[in-house]
Amino acid sequence: MADGSVPQSATDHARSIPLDEIDVSHPELWRTDSHWPYFERLRREDPVHYCKDSLFGPYWSITRYNDIMAVDTNHQVFSSEAALGGIAIVDQGADLRLPMFIAMDPPKHDVQRKVVSPAVSPANLAVLEPMIRERAAKILDELPRGETFDWVDRVSIELTTQMLATLFDFPFEQRRKLTWWSDIATTIPAEGMLVETEEAKLAILMECLGAFTELWNERVNAPPQGDLISMMAHAEATRNMSPEEYLGNLILLIVGGNDTTRNSISGSVYALNKNPDQYAKLRANQELIPSMVSETIRWQTPLAHMRRTALEDIELSGKLIRKGDKVVMWYVSGNRDDTVIAEPDRYIIDRERPRQHMSFGYGIHRCVGNRLAELQLRVIWEEILKRFPVIEVMGEPERVPSPFVKGYLNLPVRIPA
Amino acid sequence: MPVITYVEHNGARHSLTLKPGVSLMQGAISHNVPGIDADCGGACACATCHIFVDAAWNDRLGEQGDIEASMLDFAEGVRETSRLACQITVSEALDGLVVHLPEAQH
Ligand code: HEM
Ligand code: FES
Repeated sequence: MADGSVPQSATDHARSIPLDEIDVSHPELWRTDSHWPYFERLRREDPVHYCKDSLFGPYWSITRYNDIMAVDTNHQVFSSEAALGGIAIVDQGADLRLPMFIAMDPPKHDVQRKVVSPAVSPANLAVLEPMIRERAAKILDELPRGETFDWVDRVSIELTTQMLATLFDFPFEQRRKLTWWSDIATTIPAEGMLVETEEAKLAILMECLGAFTELWNERVNAPPQGDLISMMAHAEATRNMSPEEYLGNLILLIVGGNDTTRNSISGSVYALNKNPDQYAKLRANQELIPSMVSETIRWQTPLAHMRRTALEDIELSGKLIRKGDKVVMWYVSGNRDDTVIAEPDRYIIDRERPRQHMSFGYGIHRCVGNRLAELQLRVIWEEILKRFPVIEVMGEPERVPSPFVKGYLNLPVRIPA
Repeated sequence: MPVITYVEHNGARHSLTLKPGVSLMQGAISHNVPGIDADCGGACACATCHIFVDAAWNDRLGEQGDIEASMLDFAEGVRETSRLACQITVSEALDGLVVHLPEAQH
């Protein structure tokens, strides 16, 4: 199995349960990392699968690489529109629906994406790289030796948060607010959660808008700079955004660049520990860092799926998907499809075409921040290998109980003294 | 067989003899020409095989499809002469073609 740890009981259950009872979306499968054998069975026996009942209502699962590609590149039929439910298996509620281009169809999507894109282009990133490196170095230099600590908190969160602060040119000392707003934005209010009501959530998001409005006002009157706020304040397409749109775009960038990159950084340490031969190979040849980064992003698949809504009846691999149906593209499964990717369950840092994976999606919504994510991972590993012969994983991580964000709540590690 | 020349952003030239039928993207990848990433493997779904082709060749290249146009829309530094290399098939008619690569793929 994908990392050798799926309990036998889950494997047996996945093989024996009637096909139409399979529900890969159940959070428990994600908390326990035991979704793998279910996807394996679906890819083999029922690659376009209908689940008639789940916590998230009825939905289609698309599990093979080529079928996912077909859906992802057909935005005329498969919509991302927020009003139809948006881009995740859990329907976007009608309250607090912030306009974000990830959940828009053309032409609105196209206009807004083009404004944000230059900020995370390779040319702009080359300017940011020295600062990212300096900050990564500082984080690593302050880590304890010879004692167990949480890699997620000390490194993964810290680095991605600093990165976001850099990208927005946000006051550096207040950077953990970005993490806080990101966590709030992705919380579905309920008892015992970070926020319990829609009103409480809205109040916090308004705080976020307030802080960013100050920054906007400061930058709109100054000459254009390379940070995202300045770019939005000066660009034709965004200069006259409504406050809702501004907040929507901010939250999109904060959330988009936060959990995903964080979990890739944690995933790299975890995967290299699970595969010591690969870790040794990396230490012996640092030129493998870029391909290790791509392989980690494939292996981790930080967003397990993206969702679309069918705008018309359409046949896919012999199944009739009806207008209005919820369609879930399981990237996590496409990334394990052995008809396209050789030995997909193995973590191989020097595989032949490491960039050919589904983790960033494909088509017009393909991740605009992918180069930034890769840059952060490359830089942190260049700095790690300069300093530490090894980072040892000391115990199993706890996983996020979500069929969307595939990641780790913590990861205990130790750097030998 | 047709000879195609790829010019990297730094000016480095790679002249390759390619089999008719392969795409300009496959030709570059199989000869390790740097500067084309081709993340989607030729599905016209990533725009990381962005190239520039002189307009004089337009009628021999084949039409730019709708999907190609919508993907190119999001590439960096797009010009009149932008194309996706995976959408152009090598043929005898392209013998002598020179394509230019962008500074980076996004
Ligand atoms: C390893 C890290 C990352 C992964 C796995 C990832 C994954 C994805 C995926 C799968 C999509 C496609 C959405 C869809 O098709 O519906 C996407 C879109 C997007 N991502 Fe990322 N992402 C990562 C890092 C980042 C970063 C660092 C940023 C911040 C700049 C970012 C910003 C965005 C934005 C703004 C979109 C929307 C693009 C659009 O709709 O046109 N992502 N990402
Ligand atoms: S290889 Fe992806 S668009 Fe050409």
